[in-house]
Amino acid sequence: MDFGLSKEQEDIQRAARDFTQGEFDPDLALQLEKECQYPIDIWKKACKLGFIGIHFPEKYGGQELGLLENILVVEEFCRQHSGIGMALGLSDFGSEIILRFGNDDQKEKYLYPITKGESISSLAYFEKDQGYNFASFKTTATRTANGYLVNGKKSFVVNGTLPGPLVVFCQMNNTKSDEQVAFVLEKNGDGPVVSMIGGRVGMNMVPMADLSFTYFEVPHKSLIGDEGQGQSQLMNFSDEVNIEAAAMGVGIAQGAFDLALSYAKQREQFGQKIGSFEAIRDKLADMATRIEVARLLTYKAAWTFDRNEANRKLNYMAKLVSTETALEVAMDSLHIFGGYGYVSEYKIEQFYRDASMVDILGIPGELDKSLIGDQIIGKI
Amino acid sequence: MDFHLSEKQKAIRDMARKFAREVVAPRAGEIERTGEHPYDILAQMGELGMMGIPFPEKYGGGGGDWVSMHLCIEEISRADVLLGAIMDSNSSVVGQELFVFGTEEQKQRWLIPIAQGKQLGAFGLTEPDAGSDAAALKTTAVLDGEEWIINGSKQFITNIGLDNASIVIITAKTQIETAGTTVISAIIVPKDAPGFTVGKKYEKLAMRASATHELFFDDCRVPKDYLLGDIKRGFAQHLAVLQTGRINVGAIATGLAQACFDEALTFVKQGSRGHQSLFKSQRIPFKLADMAVSIELSRNMYLKAAWLKDQGEEHTLEAHFAKLFASETATKIATEVLKIFSPYGYLEEYPISRYFKVAKLWEIVEGTSEMQRLIIARELLM
Repeated sequence: MDFGLSKEQEDIQRAARDFTQGEFDPDLALQLEKECQYPIDIWKKACKLGFIGIHFPEKYGGQELGLLENILVVEEFCRQHSGIGMALGLSDFGSEIILRFGNDDQKEKYLYPITKGESISSLAYFEKDQGYNFASFKTTATRTANGYLVNGKKSFVVNGTLPGPLVVFCQMNNTKSDEQVAFVLEKNGDGPVVSMIGGRVGMNMVPMADLSFTYFEVPHKSLIGDEGQGQSQLMNFSDEVNIEAAAMGVGIAQGAFDLALSYAKQREQFGQKIGSFEAIRDKLADMATRIEVARLLTYKAAWTFDRNEANRKLNYMAKLVSTETALEVAMDSLHIFGGYGYVSEYKIEQFYRDASMVDILGIPGELDKSLIGDQIIGKI
Repeated sequence: MDFHLSEKQKAIRDMARKFAREVVAPRAGEIERTGEHPYDILAQMGELGMMGIPFPEKYGGGGGDWVSMHLCIEEISRADVLLGAIMDSNSSVVGQELFVFGTEEQKQRWLIPIAQGKQLGAFGLTEPDAGSDAAALKTTAVLDGEEWIINGSKQFITNIGLDNASIVIITAKTQIETAGTTVISAIIVPKDAPGFTVGKKYEKLAMRASATHELFFDDCRVPKDYLLGDIKRGFAQHLAVLQTGRINVGAIATGLAQACFDEALTFVKQGSRGHQSLFKSQRIPFKLADMAVSIELSRNMYLKAAWLKDQGEEHTLEAHFAKLFASETATKIATEVLKIFSPYGYLEEYPISRYFKVAKLWEIVEGTSEMQRLIIARELLM
């Protein structure tokens, strides 16, 4: 058992922190959030410095590092600014499927441009009719002579309007069994019909879209792995993305806490700094403790994943705890700011809104709880 | 003991509920999105007598009671807390302050249009360095012949930036000759007073249509008889009416919590959009049960506090219980309902997205939860 980060990991963390402190301009962030714009320039810089796709193999532009190194970066990004951090952290959302299950051609074609700042990935899996029932999709794939025809509608597709690879999960239409399959396509040009989803509570720098496939032709080479592997690919993906989302939650919580701590040390009322009042100190103590718990759980989940011992229950726990921690800490932090907490110029309201959105990345907390229960006690 | 509402109270509540559902609710989303103040809705509320419920008819009011006022505030807040908040600041605070402490002339001039909803009043207490520590204000008012000369600034002041705002009642430090001690007085400042500037409107997380501004007083001059009430008791007067403001927040937050709950109940009953498995068993129904309990308690608390006020009885504890409990309840419920609606609730077109963003505010304004606890503890430990 070793709770320390390696020197390399500490260096990565420090490099990420330096980058965010130099580049995450708060005034720009306010404007991007308000106008629902992606932080393209900052993202490109992050790619150039090797932060995006740090866990890809070197031949695809990465540094062969693990999920833990990846989430150390994501956590630092979200700590400095939740909005920019989430956008950068999600720039390779869905690429995990290509990385873990794609063939060499697919990895070469789609992963490299992500690290070079040329493309942003997406994953289409959620459907409005199915909700969180990922066991069966209404979007179908029908075998043809040259490939498949995809038909159906996907929603809440992160990065859906930005050019890059799109992984889409379908239900096989012409086999006897109820199997799922995944394809990878390009989002620009002849893709599905994309309509952008409007403003949301938070995470407004990240575009989300509804996609509509009408008997859309997909060549055979777009198939990821084999027919019938879709379900297990998606489960594995959710293992990884749960941990990534948990790391975002930890980063957002830490960032919100940093802001509140700084404010408590400086704001004076009743002749003293508000940080000297027991009620505020108790709040800060609770917040710091909960962040530490969430971080430990998240790091353990990432470390376990990197040892190829993926522990699904641990991943669900990490996601559940970090999601709840992010929102609770952000709310307490906003509270410490008093009236200023509601003024947009002060960063804290952005952290508050973004914290609420961590839940929808990967498996939502409510479902995590059910799944943990299944792991512990099973169906009886 | 009688937990029933009188016929008149029921009538006011039902009138407000109908208005909220038919006129306010369809516009609430657009109001928040555009940040444009709903002058027309407020005018209708004025015509229906909502701004003047607790004031005598001779001052433009309805001759009703505070229980009715609070029932009305809750119903309106269910559709849009912005409007409940205006009833609070305009009527329960400014209107009441004029009614209890004003001269006949002040009541004739300013209370009547405020009670009729034709004009809106504001109260200016908070300053950049005086939030929870409201008594630490720095604004001064010096008597110069027949005029007060006011210097200073105020922060987060609502209503005065509106087109039909009439006055802001400010608290300022004045000088009394007798002992040379500095005391705090309440002074009425009309919107067009020389030397008074309304500063920028804040860009906010929620209540975007609410006119919330900084105010600046640079040798601002108002007539001597714009002093409100006792020169030595401005702060105490203000605190007295703010106590009613706290019961108001109890009603506003209850309305907000009820709105969130209603959304959740409908959504769960529909059981659609692939959420069947989440809704069928115990977790969500148990959460709904907890919410219903908390809302009922919130409602009963503000009603009791309002009823005690109508009886002319002490109600400091009850007012603060109401504010504290209802506001913390509203935040918890809004957060839970947002999760129940996942992932849709995050979209602007779903009302819960709005309710969630505005819920936390009520634990902060009109005295933070810490201040509520401080005041309650002080009463208990006295």
